[in-house]
Amino acid sequence: MGANSLYGPLDPAPDAGYVDAPPRMGFFTDTSVCIGCKACEVACKEWNGVPDDGFNLLGHSYDNTGGLSANSWRAVAFIEQPAVVPAGPVDALAEAAAGRSDALAEAGCGGAGTTREPEFLGMPGTDLPGRTPDAPRTDFRWLMMSNVCKHCTHAGCLDVCPTGALFRTEFGTVVVQEDVCNGCGYCIPACPYGVIDQRKDDGRAWKCTLCYDRIGDGLTPACAQACPTQSIQYGELDELRARAAERVEKLKDQGARLYGHDPDDGVGGDGAFFLLLDEPEVYGLPPDPIVATRDLPAMWKRAGLAGLAMAAAVAVSFLGGRR
Amino acid sequence: MAEAHPVGFQYVVEAKNRGAKIIHVDPRFTRTSALADEFVAVRAGADIAFLGGVINYILSNEKDFREYVVAYTNASMLVSEEFQDTEDLDGLFSGYDTELNVYDQTSWQYAGQRAEGQEEDEAHADRETASGLEQESHGPPIPADVPRDLTLRDPRCVYQILKRHYARYTPEVVEQVCGVPQDAFLSVCEAWTSNSGRERTTALVYSVGWTQHSVGVQYIRTGAIIQLLLGNMGRPGGGVMALRGHASIQGSTDIPTLFNLLPGYLPMPHHQQHETFRDWVDAIRNPEQKGFWANAEAYAVSLLKAYWGDAATEDNDWGYGWLPRLTGDHGTYQQVLDMIDGKIKGYFLLGQNPAVGSAHGKAQRLGMANLDWLVVRDLFMIESATFWKDGPEVATGEIIPAECRTEVFFMPAASHAEKEGTFTQTQRMLQWREKAVDPPGDCRSELWFFYHLGRRLRERLAGSTLDRDQGLLNLTWDYPLHGDEPSGEDVLREINGYTTADRELVPGFASLKADGSTACGCWIYSGVFKDGVNQAARRKPGREQDWVAREWGWAWPADRRTLYNRASADPEGRPWSERKKYVWWDPDKGEWTGYDVPDFEKNKPPSYRPPEGATGVAAISGDDAFIMQGDGKGWLYAPSGLIDGPLPTHYEPVESAVANPLYGQQANPTRKRYDRADNPMNPSQSAVYPYVFSTSRLTEHHTAGGMSRQLAYLSELQPEMFVEVSPQLAAERGLEHLGWATIVTARAAIEARVMVTDRLRPLRIDGRVVHQLWLPYHWGNEGLVTGDSANDLIGITLDPNVLIQESKVGTCDIRPGRRPTGPALIAFVNDYRKRADGSQ
Repeated sequence: MGANSLYGPLDPAPDAGYVDAPPRMGFFTDTSVCIGCKACEVACKEWNGVPDDGFNLLGHSYDNTGGLSANSWRAVAFIEQPAVVPAGPVDALAEAAAGRSDALAEAGCGGAGTTREPEFLGMPGTDLPGRTPDAPRTDFRWLMMSNVCKHCTHAGCLDVCPTGALFRTEFGTVVVQEDVCNGCGYCIPACPYGVIDQRKDDGRAWKCTLCYDRIGDGLTPACAQACPTQSIQYGELDELRARAAERVEKLKDQGARLYGHDPDDGVGGDGAFFLLLDEPEVYGLPPDPIVATRDLPAMWKRAGLAGLAMAAAVAVSFLGGRR
Repeated sequence: MAEAHPVGFQYVVEAKNRGAKIIHVDPRFTRTSALADEFVAVRAGADIAFLGGVINYILSNEKDFREYVVAYTNASMLVSEEFQDTEDLDGLFSGYDTELNVYDQTSWQYAGQRAEGQEEDEAHADRETASGLEQESHGPPIPADVPRDLTLRDPRCVYQILKRHYARYTPEVVEQVCGVPQDAFLSVCEAWTSNSGRERTTALVYSVGWTQHSVGVQYIRTGAIIQLLLGNMGRPGGGVMALRGHASIQGSTDIPTLFNLLPGYLPMPHHQQHETFRDWVDAIRNPEQKGFWANAEAYAVSLLKAYWGDAATEDNDWGYGWLPRLTGDHGTYQQVLDMIDGKIKGYFLLGQNPAVGSAHGKAQRLGMANLDWLVVRDLFMIESATFWKDGPEVATGEIIPAECRTEVFFMPAASHAEKEGTFTQTQRMLQWREKAVDPPGDCRSELWFFYHLGRRLRERLAGSTLDRDQGLLNLTWDYPLHGDEPSGEDVLREINGYTTADRELVPGFASLKADGSTACGCWIYSGVFKDGVNQAARRKPGREQDWVAREWGWAWPADRRTLYNRASADPEGRPWSERKKYVWWDPDKGEWTGYDVPDFEKNKPPSYRPPEGATGVAAISGDDAFIMQGDGKGWLYAPSGLIDGPLPTHYEPVESAVANPLYGQQANPTRKRYDRADNPMNPSQSAVYPYVFSTSRLTEHHTAGGMSRQLAYLSELQPEMFVEVSPQLAAERGLEHLGWATIVTARAAIEARVMVTDRLRPLRIDGRVVHQLWLPYHWGNEGLVTGDSANDLIGITLDPNVLIQESKVGTCDIRPGRRPTGPALIAFVNDYRKRADGSQ
């Protein structure tokens, strides 16, 4: 096990012991061209035989999937961001616009008044993402993002799996073996993104495999294959990072930023990373994910020190006892 | 487009990535708007005002492509002195007949052509039979040799008439009528005009919801006028393209499933207008006219030879007497009303779910409940097969299952992956589809069904001497079988056409003859099996050929990828610009050449001028780019062929929240109405139905839901019927996000979950606030996810030219809570109606 195995930048497949591992493969999800068609969700389910997730109208714009789960390995988030300063035709509607924030609140939208000053009460926000008036914008905006397992460089789920059901593939991806998983559930709190999930009826953990059974045959994962606008791009991670750097440069003035691309972040960088048009929280992504096992070496070191100290104390007390 | 055509939208995204600016004009903010650089909210049903404003912008700023306009459009033609415009008559054109609600079109003619105009009774018959549909591939009859003023200064020339007609469609008026701020409107005008001309072209892409208005044809006409003025027709990157609602909707009008057309846009004979074979053929080819329709007799005879083979002879007028005749309106809505009245006994539904998908759902279901028999062929058990036991009218007591007289035969159908055939898409391109898997169980293809139905009917009638049976008995019905299935390729060969003597495939429609020596199932598709090769099955990838990609599929006519491409060269035959080079005249070789098949006689030079008195193809001048038009020109002004006027004019939808701000005439005066107690319309500007609603599709479902509500992976993505309202309307009506709402019109009340969203916004129209709400129309009572159907809300009013229903805009009320159930629902709707009528 190398010095960096639990934290920091590294190439995970060789680190896991693969000799002559192929290049690390991953996803670059460019949300600036996502049209929210959900073809990725359907293609994923078709290929992987994932069951449906129930027929529930959630009221979160057009997202009726409600995020990633054992039964949804791709999930498209929809975020409606009203104009901060009412523009265009609404301007002319002073009487209607006056009722705007009340209307939203009454309608159960948790709408923040677009004209009201923010007032920090020290409480977690109840606003829908993007409804806060901290980022001035003149146009209504509808953000869409297809979320997926990040296939972390340092995968908490894999680190804590006691059965070896979760393993690192030669492509650097992280896959659950359904015939090995015993349903202990340790992996679930270990994921800093809340991706991996237990299936209610069988207890086992399920998540995106980055179509391990396709990429080994040189095929593109089902979601990327189905994506009509190349919002989901599959390829060698190094190449995807280069492509993303170009793209983010081009869209700088639209607030574009990358998420999960940095090998120096809390998970050593993601195998599946994103171009976002707003803060990660807006999309329901943690702003600063850290692999739960990051502090393991330090913890062991401290535990060891503590053990030694205790042993010493015991020894001292025995020594003292002989006196 | 992103919403209903996500796969096609990839090219818009690609263009955007290359720097194109995307502007989206729509009543509501959709997935398309999400990707657009600019979103322009517009009032549903006000598009002609918007586009008319664009025309006014072009003309008053002289932004038109003048050389193109003078050479290739009818801008310079002089119109009859007697023509009076809507400007003169407060929203009516000259010749209006208040009894029949149609126009005597005589005064709309070009100068000196008075005798050619259509009179009221002809116009009325044309409306009954949607004869405008025939013009998909050619213009209506018009004589050549019209007086012209090439300076465009004569006050009677089309250009000046156009200018006067649209002068009042100013940016201020657009704002007042459409609710679009002037700067947003001008930004659209600026983008459209600055990207058109010699060096650049703009494509106009619309989805078919645009057609579903009582002025639907005129919507498209307005777009076409702009495209002609800006020189965007017949050139690469230009055109007017309809995004269809299903695969092969283009194919279903080319080889029609319509009551009034035969293959290749030949008209279905009318019992009075086309009494004899000669009447029929002359009505198509107009002997005095110039253009390629002059050869129509060859297409007509070849079609009849394909139908009846050896039994069709010159002596029996090629079997013309065996063709059915129109007696009036047999359109889908008239038929449904006839079913209610007990005039129709049997009905076939093939992959269609009118109980959910057609306007006025209740009329559809009550009609189908009053038949002797109904055959439904579909993939799943749809609402149109189960209405008699599960439909909403069972709950209200209007249909009693034990007493419903209709015997329903459900025939399971094969899906597109389970049968071979072609799809024809919006570019008129045929693409061959292989069969991937055998259909499961008893599912069978349409081809199988109709072949065996025909075979059995012919066996039942064998030996009959009744006149009415002879058409069926004489049909050529000799398709070779593979197992028990005829071959799709054999049918495509028959469509391509062949010589009757030795069954040699013909190379194209120019080889078709009027002497019975050829047979052809659809003349515009002739050539699809050229050289014995299924041309529609060609699949050479785009990267392995030039950018026109002519070796992918096959486009009618004659594999032309862009129609009227003679217009891509200037009058002298030179490309307008190097950048937009497409088809041009090669003076050395003395022929037209280029990247595409030239849509012009190959060796006719640009300088050719027809001799005096020429007709047909010989009368087409060397600069008549629009070769199927009677005058060879693209029509800014339609001197005939349109029932509701030669120029698009803003009329309010039949059900509107406002008075027409432009004219005294409120709605399209010639619209097709069905004034019956079971088809009530909301009064316009009614306080009882104060809101505007529109319906459309979600990406997650397919039309009436028959193919998507049965699939868990699609149903879970949009599991419930909902209605989108703005926060302002929610406040006004006390609607709660995710709560229930009831939406009411004169026809029905339906319930839906509420989605409060800023994607809908109120507009200020003519000085008052108009709220719009939006509904998807995918739900019905069958399938994994069920809900009320939005089309139940809509009444039956049709466009007069092609009989399409006005189903994209109406008025309604919305209130919180669920709708009443059982007979109380009828009382609830009736009460609304009484209040609306009382307040008039």
